[in-house]
Amino acid sequence: MLDVRDVTVRFGETTVLDRAAISVGEATITGLLGPSGSGKSTLLRVIAGIVTPDAGRVVIDGVDVTEVPTHRRSVGMVFQDEQLFPHLDVGANVAFGLRMAGVGSAEREDAVAGLLGLVGLDGFARRTVDRLSGGEAKRVALARSLAPRPRVLLLDEPLTGLDRALRDRLADEIETALRATSTTAVWVTHDADEADRVTDRVVHLGDL
Amino acid sequence: MDRALERRRAPLNGLPRWFVAAVAVPPAAFLLLFYVWPFVTLLARGLGGADVAATLSRSDTWRILWFTTWQATASTALTIVIGLAPTWAVSRFDFAFRRVFVSTLTAVFVLPTVVVGAAFLAVLPDALDRSIWAILGAHVAFNLAVVVRTVGSAWERLPSDLDHAAAALGAGPFTTFRLITLPLLRSSISASAAIVFLFTFTSFGVIRVLGTAGRPTIEVEVWRRATQLGDIGGAATLTILQLLALGGLVAWTTVQQRRHAIAIRGEAPRRRPRPVGRQIAHVTGAVGVTTLIVAAPLLALVERSLRSGDGYSLAAWRSLGNNEIRPGLRLGVDPLGALQRSATTAVWATLFAMVIGATAVVAISALGRTGKVLDAGLMLPLGTSAITIGFGMLITFDTPPVDWRAEWWLVPIGHALVATPFVVRSALSVVRTIPADRAAAAATLGASPVRAWANTTLPALRRPFAAAAGLAAAISLGEFGATSFLTRSGSDTLPIAIERLLGRTGRLFQAQAFALSTILAVATIGIVLLVDRGGDRARRS
Repeated sequence: MLDVRDVTVRFGETTVLDRAAISVGEATITGLLGPSGSGKSTLLRVIAGIVTPDAGRVVIDGVDVTEVPTHRRSVGMVFQDEQLFPHLDVGANVAFGLRMAGVGSAEREDAVAGLLGLVGLDGFARRTVDRLSGGEAKRVALARSLAPRPRVLLLDEPLTGLDRALRDRLADEIETALRATSTTAVWVTHDADEADRVTDRVVHLGDL
Repeated sequence: MDRALERRRAPLNGLPRWFVAAVAVPPAAFLLLFYVWPFVTLLARGLGGADVAATLSRSDTWRILWFTTWQATASTALTIVIGLAPTWAVSRFDFAFRRVFVSTLTAVFVLPTVVVGAAFLAVLPDALDRSIWAILGAHVAFNLAVVVRTVGSAWERLPSDLDHAAAALGAGPFTTFRLITLPLLRSSISASAAIVFLFTFTSFGVIRVLGTAGRPTIEVEVWRRATQLGDIGGAATLTILQLLALGGLVAWTTVQQRRHAIAIRGEAPRRRPRPVGRQIAHVTGAVGVTTLIVAAPLLALVERSLRSGDGYSLAAWRSLGNNEIRPGLRLGVDPLGALQRSATTAVWATLFAMVIGATAVVAISALGRTGKVLDAGLMLPLGTSAITIGFGMLITFDTPPVDWRAEWWLVPIGHALVATPFVVRSALSVVRTIPADRAAAAATLGASPVRAWANTTLPALRRPFAAAAGLAAAISLGEFGATSFLTRSGSDTLPIAIERLLGRTGRLFQAQAFALSTILAVATIGIVLLVDRGGDRARRS
């Protein structure tokens, strides 16, 4: 489904990824584990098209997308610090991807309500994003990324900054949402327990 | 310790009252005498019933107000549209000569308006050189730095991952700009638009050089009525009309900004990436075109100063010391004399501004709430057009015992009034970062309050004072608005001499004007770059 083949990324003199390769199966959750600075986030950014690799290919559903810009890849991403759009309310944030896909407003509203229900935020559509707690913001970011039904969803340490209890609860909720939508996902974390708990397979970045 | 007791005891280690009073008197007296009194006089003259009725019933008044408004609106819109591309480039990327590029834009912003007008006169073909396009072009080049600096500081704090998040949701670059970046920059764009509108609405030097008689702004008309037609009442009424329009604008902008302010969490990145792929072409294009807009007119100044009838020569430069058209027949403009006069005026204006500014800083930081009043008062000239200041002084100091119009110090005082806010602001921002405990530590080691202040605060003020002195000199060298009212015939400063030479027919006079403009541009840019470098060094240390 997703194939990353021999990707190398250098930032100046530093080689961040050296011939990294990974294969991800349809509707599976793959955990990507590694210490800070090991290149986990860079690999996700290569898959999303945010960083262009110095060498290697990214293939999705048999199509080489290495040169395809991010907005045409159908790859969703949940950022470490959510990156919710501060001038849009929760509903508009979640609907953004649907709007880009040309989905009509009535259909968008239904989809937003469904997704907010899926992540446990019923009735949050009109709320401004600066009034959300840390956990709520993470849920909104997940709902927003799931909305346009991406072929692959990348989660870059989605539980960073939360306390242990909330992390565990939210990890389960995110897993449930991903399974419910049969989403193919790559989940980056540096927490081995979290990876074991919610993913089908764990890949250590050093092993790539 | 009990708080009340602490407050009561605090003055023990504060500066002595006699000392604070002694340093508070000069700036307060300066403000009252040279700003408040002239301003009140102007209001009284402008609000005289007959003058108000006569001015408002004149169709010319509304035509001038209309021209002033629409040229300012068009200038502002063009500056924002043209300024966004270079703003994107400098706030998002690091590239060769980035700092030089930003410094160049800033230097153009502090150039005397007469020089900017002369530069556009030099670069445009004859058919366009006194057209509305010349005015708009000069306003855009002059104000690009406002957009790049104001919007740029907001743009560089927008996380680039917001763009990436939008792209991951299917938004292309233009859609991302329209739906994400632009709304988030709205507050800073409207702030810079308000500043540019303010500057172009009160445009005087550019219009005097590039406008024609049929195209005055309110400022130019105030000057014309007051100094050419002797209609002091009408000029004062127009000044008040302008103050009302600007007051309305400031109030509206403040409300809009409060309403649309969006908190953006984030800091400017420590290191910006270098552009890659297609970004290289876009950054090069944005920076290249902007450089062309601001640098070409300045280079044209030099070229036109060297152009003679049949080629290039130093004739205009060589003749700067000679104000005779033919033996025995004088022109009335003395280029070299103007240069010397401007230099002398700048020295005195800087001295006045530094003395007033320095005493004000000591007083403001020692006076608490009363100090805030003095601080706010000294900032008022910054929000008042130079024309209003000059005009107010002209009609106030025209009768004995205060008939000071012929006094050599009146022009430097007018310049100092405009420059003092910069001295106060740059020094106060440093004083407020000095921990109060530092003076207390000196006191515990036996230093008297004045000595403790001299040992802890004064050394930190050297750099801001040096920078402020540079700015004050640059402001004085290029000041044209207030000087147009206060200068006497035969005692022209450089900007006045440039404007008068440009108004004469004859290739040599024009070339002399361009030569003087070149000198003024080089002096101003040199001072600003020095101040900028000093500021950088201070930030690094």
